[in-house]
Amino acid sequence: MTALLEVRDLRVGYGHVEAVRGVSFSVSAGEVVALIGPNGAGKSSTLNAIGGLVRPASGSVKLEGRELAGLPSHAVVAAGLILVPEGRAILHRMTVLENLIAGAEARPWPGGRGEARAAVETQVRRFPSLQRRLDQPAGALSGGEQQMLAIARGVLGRPRILLLDEPSMGLAPLLVRQIFEIIEEINKDGTTILLVEQNARMALQTAQNAYVLERGEIALHGPAADLAKDPRLQAAYLGGDVA
Amino acid sequence: MAQQILNGVFVGSIYALFAVGYTLVFGVLDILNLAHAAVFMLSAFAALALTEHGLSIWIAMPLGILAGGVIGIVLERLAFRPLRGRSDSNISGLISSLAVATVFEAIALQLFGPDISRFPQGTFPDRTIAIGGASASLLQLCIVGISVALMAVLTFLLARTRLGRRIRAVAESPRAARILGVDVDKVIALAFFISSALGGAAGILFGLAFNSISPDVGRSVELKGLAVIILGGMGSVPGAVIAGFALGLIEVFTVAHVGSSYRDAISFAVLFIVLIARPRGLLGRAAAREA
Ligand SMILES: Nc1ncnc2c1ncn2[C@@H]1O[C@H](COP(=O)(O)OP(=O)(O)OP(=O)(O)O)[C@@H](O)[C@H]1O
Ligand SMILES: [Mg+2]
Repeated sequence: MTALLEVRDLRVGYGHVEAVRGVSFSVSAGEVVALIGPNGAGKSSTLNAIGGLVRPASGSVKLEGRELAGLPSHAVVAAGLILVPEGRAILHRMTVLENLIAGAEARPWPGGRGEARAAVETQVRRFPSLQRRLDQPAGALSGGEQQMLAIARGVLGRPRILLLDEPSMGLAPLLVRQIFEIIEEINKDGTTILLVEQNARMALQTAQNAYVLERGEIALHGPAADLAKDPRLQAAYLGGDVA
Repeated sequence: MAQQILNGVFVGSIYALFAVGYTLVFGVLDILNLAHAAVFMLSAFAALALTEHGLSIWIAMPLGILAGGVIGIVLERLAFRPLRGRSDSNISGLISSLAVATVFEAIALQLFGPDISRFPQGTFPDRTIAIGGASASLLQLCIVGISVALMAVLTFLLARTRLGRRIRAVAESPRAARILGVDVDKVIALAFFISSALGGAAGILFGLAFNSISPDVGRSVELKGLAVIILGGMGSVPGAVIAGFALGLIEVFTVAHVGSSYRDAISFAVLFIVLIARPRGLLGRAAAREA
């Protein structure tokens, strides 16, 4: 079976800094793959290069066999690869509803405008805290609500694959749990997910397969359940006690 | 009094129309397009040339507006796009747009000469209409009507359409726009088209109103346009509309009650006072935009 997303030998540099040094991995249709690693490991650089926000120095990014590396971000989005970046990048001056509509306008809907509207309503029902604040500027939302808006907006782009960059960053434990539940729910609805996290424990519980990135290179990879038991990983990221 | 209000609204509508396009590009790029007044001038000449070739003003005007939009796209390619991504693009864009403005003026000088050009006799039906205690020409009323209609269309476009949302997204954060699948370069080009078409429309209406077009006609609105967008709040379209009408009214009342030599002095004094009270202008935003 061929992978949905196939990344080969990806390299990303900023001037003299080599942030990603020959990373390869793949994501199969329907699964959640976690990409974990310490601060500065190159996780965001990898996602941003895949999403067309930074130009990779070299390497290949194939979505369903189609080469995306080097394409501008709008072409990458059009192909169905949707990124929810670190820092969320919601539009603070627009209302919550406008953010959602803009998300649904990222790619055309086969059923046209009516289907897009219905999809927006579905997402609004999934996130009751957004529903109450549809007409408020998105900048007025709390951090957790902004993250939910960013995820909802990403889903509305009808992703073939959804890339989430540290969705739990800066959130209280209760919200973190909620966010991971939502990620599982979205995946059950049929969306393939590539999840970047520093919260390795939660990420490994949610993902089927995982890769550990260290200093720009894949240090470990395998089924998430195996990695969660791996002594090297336990010592480094999981504080030694994995349930 | 009624006459003065009418005259103020008339002049103000042209200022406002000029300024909405000016402020739109500022909102999207954070750069002042100093060639906006040159587009104003070129569109006026384009419409004039078309009427001289026998076209009705009702055909020459839309074509002149279209020409303004196309010139805007050329301007963006020449003066702004090559500089995009440079850390000093704000100041270098200012200078390169000034350079393009100079080139546009030189072209107009070459094509139309330095003297004042006028629309052919009978371009616009000469009729006067009484409104309350005041009177206005049909031309003046049409100018106000066309300006207001164009500004209403722009407001609707920005608030309610996909392109409008994309323009606002790029204005707030090009990075966030990219994530939403927006082709940022294309949206910027379209914003220049819209901005310059509106600036061109203002030029054509100005040319008709005073029946006088010359290569330096843009000078008469250049500084006022800047005052209007500062007064309204840089980047704010509704702010530019309000400030444009306000400036028109202030000018007309100053001329009537203080004297015409004080016109600009009082206008800029008002700008000064408003900026002391509201440093970001009437509807200016507090938040700086993201990279
Ligand atoms: N725009 C940039 N310019 C220069 N260096 C950068 C830039 N972005 C990232 N880097 C550097 O590249 C390396 C990888 O950063 P990256 O953000 O990809 O790591 P990360 O794994 O996402 O880290 P974090 O967990 O902190 O988000 C770091 O050394 C970082 O300093
Ligand atoms: Mg990161």
